[in-house]
Amino acid sequence: MNDAALRWRRPPMIANPWWRAALWLGVGGYLIAAVGSLEINWQRIVAGMPRALEFVQAMAAPDFVSRADQIIDGVLESLTMTLVATVAGFVLSVPVALGAARNLAPAPVYLFCRAIIAVSRSFQEIIIAILFVAMLGFGPLAGVVTLAFASIGFIAKLAAEDIEAMDTRPLEAIRATGGSWAQVIHWAVKPQVMPRLAGITLYRLDINFRESAIIGIVGAGGIGATLNTAFDRYEFDTAAAILLIIIIIVLMAEYLSGMLRARLR
Amino acid sequence: MAVFTRDGELTWRRRDRREALQRWMASFAFVTLLLLCWQVIAERTLWDFVLDAPAQGADLVGRMIPPDLPYLQRLWRPLWDTFNMATLGTLIAIVFATPLAFLAARNTTPRFPLIRPIALLIIVASRSINSLIWALLLVLILGPGVLAGVIAIALRSIGFIGKLLYEAIEEIDTRSVEAITATGASPGQLRAYAVVPQIMPAFAGISVYRWDINIREATVLGLVGAGGLGLELMASVNTLAWGRVSTLFLLILATVLISEWVSARLRAAVT
Amino acid sequence: MLEIEGLSKHYPGTAAAALDNVSLQLEGGEIIALIGPSGAGKSTLIRCINRLVEPTAGRIVLAGEELTALRARELRRARRRIGMVFQEFALVERLSVMENLLSGRLGYVGLWRSVLRRFPQSDITRAFELLERVGLEGYADRRADTLSGGQRQRVGIARALMQAPELLLVDEPTASLDPRTARQIMRLIHELCTEHKLPAIINLHDVPLAMRFCPRIIGLRGGRIVFDGPVKQLDTTVLTQIYGDEDWASMAGEQADDDAQDDVASGAAVVDRGRAP
Repeated sequence: MNDAALRWRRPPMIANPWWRAALWLGVGGYLIAAVGSLEINWQRIVAGMPRALEFVQAMAAPDFVSRADQIIDGVLESLTMTLVATVAGFVLSVPVALGAARNLAPAPVYLFCRAIIAVSRSFQEIIIAILFVAMLGFGPLAGVVTLAFASIGFIAKLAAEDIEAMDTRPLEAIRATGGSWAQVIHWAVKPQVMPRLAGITLYRLDINFRESAIIGIVGAGGIGATLNTAFDRYEFDTAAAILLIIIIIVLMAEYLSGMLRARLR
Repeated sequence: MAVFTRDGELTWRRRDRREALQRWMASFAFVTLLLLCWQVIAERTLWDFVLDAPAQGADLVGRMIPPDLPYLQRLWRPLWDTFNMATLGTLIAIVFATPLAFLAARNTTPRFPLIRPIALLIIVASRSINSLIWALLLVLILGPGVLAGVIAIALRSIGFIGKLLYEAIEEIDTRSVEAITATGASPGQLRAYAVVPQIMPAFAGISVYRWDINIREATVLGLVGAGGLGLELMASVNTLAWGRVSTLFLLILATVLISEWVSARLRAAVT
Repeated sequence: MLEIEGLSKHYPGTAAAALDNVSLQLEGGEIIALIGPSGAGKSTLIRCINRLVEPTAGRIVLAGEELTALRARELRRARRRIGMVFQEFALVERLSVMENLLSGRLGYVGLWRSVLRRFPQSDITRAFELLERVGLEGYADRRADTLSGGQRQRVGIARALMQAPELLLVDEPTASLDPRTARQIMRLIHELCTEHKLPAIINLHDVPLAMRFCPRIIGLRGGRIVFDGPVKQLDTTVLTQIYGDEDWASMAGEQADDDAQDDVASGAAVVDRGRAP
């Protein structure tokens, strides 16, 4: 009976065995080439191990005190940068979002606004920060401008998608009453988009704080500069303290913005 | 909304007096806070530099054009390193994040106290710290180079993939879980038959999405010494070779757009 | 065969008991329909038997083994002996029909064999036999989410029978199906239970279907058994006792109509079942 019995094996994802072999070879070949090009310097790694240990110990016993002034100053600067940049980003992204919504804007405006969004989203905050530091000099202003610019791409893209997905019937209704373009936006678009837009902005507030912690590395202000200095001086206990503060603030911001977003819905 | 009578006529206002006052106070407080923040920033700004900014900007743009295209030839190796940091980092992150997600999801976590909080803590810690900060630390420990970048990307991605994956696990259809339980399956078999098939599309989507983000992040890790295009960017900025900087920008832009396109196609294919 | 004594279930945070001191006995080969209004505790009762829902009090004994006293590992062994068919099929949608069937054997194979899908040939042979029996030959490698509702429920039934169970629990098998498919599915369950002399508890909201396919009826209301007897004792007085007031006479008329139609439809059903993809 067993010989005559129908056998069954799970059919493979790729039916053609040659393609399957080629795929495995390709993946294997890539992994070997990629790992081979890592240029791992074992001596350097072994030499660095005491530092790793030191860092782990520092995480267990962070030092908030010896550089307290700089830490407080850096955190304060990060928070102010975050708030100002988010508000500025919000204000600037509203017109961009309206322009980048296919159902509201004429073609040239649409393309222009989409281009702004694409550029703003493609570059990491830290690259933008390099440019603004070169233009505006070191300090938090460069950071604010950087974060605001990055916020435009983020908020405007999500908001534009939202506007494109909204219910068009109220628009027609307001137009039918003889409303102007501005009135259509105010009475038909704003009520539909505002709750989501507020949610997106709060989410961006989170992200801006996280980013404000790193753009200091290239001189754009915030806690990142303090952190960078701590690492440069091998003060792992201070660095650990800063990292813990960042984690806690991020968690709090996430919790708060989550709560606010839930209420807005 | 408020409806009231004034001079014997029925009138309507959007908000009644108390509501309007509250809103006004809230706005006032917010604007004050904003101005205070702005003051902090303004105090720390050298306005002479800022006044000079338009000229500086124009000068910068002038130096960036034309881009130094022959320089591209020297960028293939850094580009390969950047790609590897993102890809290997994502693969390592997947290996660690998958079990972590099962430990963190409410419906698959072992019945053992403390495991779930610890898994969640690891996810949160990894997620809150940008890969650049991880790189900063790892360059000190492992020395400069691509390896530090790979691990930095992995450390940041574990939390990201872990979080999205455990949320996907918590959202699975409980009916098939119940059905597989009813056959007498062991906990391991339950995960293999009822959970894994259901989260496969989410898993693939999340991994590819993170890979796409990692390509972006890998382009800048070199700024702190972790190899790839960022290293060249740092060198070019430091030597004020703005033609090279603009070449790098174009290359980064192209890389990011291509990886975004690939990731969008792959994600569309799995769902 | 199956003995339930004083079974009660309280869900935390609710005032009324979902099951209140339920006792019943089931002989070998007996098919019972469990009827009653929504919220009467039908699903809870069925799920207490294989302890997908943990009962608050009471004893359940299956063929001499007290299910309510088992610990995790023994409970899994006991669950292998109890097949279950679900309301919304509860297949793993992204797995193939064959994999869904083989999942019925999970209690019998180790983790690695099941992960690698290397089941004993006897299981695979059985799966092919059952696929043929439920009218799904040629569907083995189709993904479950490409099937129609009736086909999915056939897979669900085959999965339960893969376990070679001693008892079949069936939870609202027809609730997500159209009337004709519902009838075909009930007939299939009835035939299979008779063939295998398999006792079954079928939870049904459709009284005419229950009366047609199940010789014994148990009526639940508010977590208590209010009727337990052969189907011919189920008259309008009893139905009112179970469900409350309703014009039962007119429903009986509809049932007669359905029966007449069904004889015509059953010919088409055979054709439908035999069709390959």
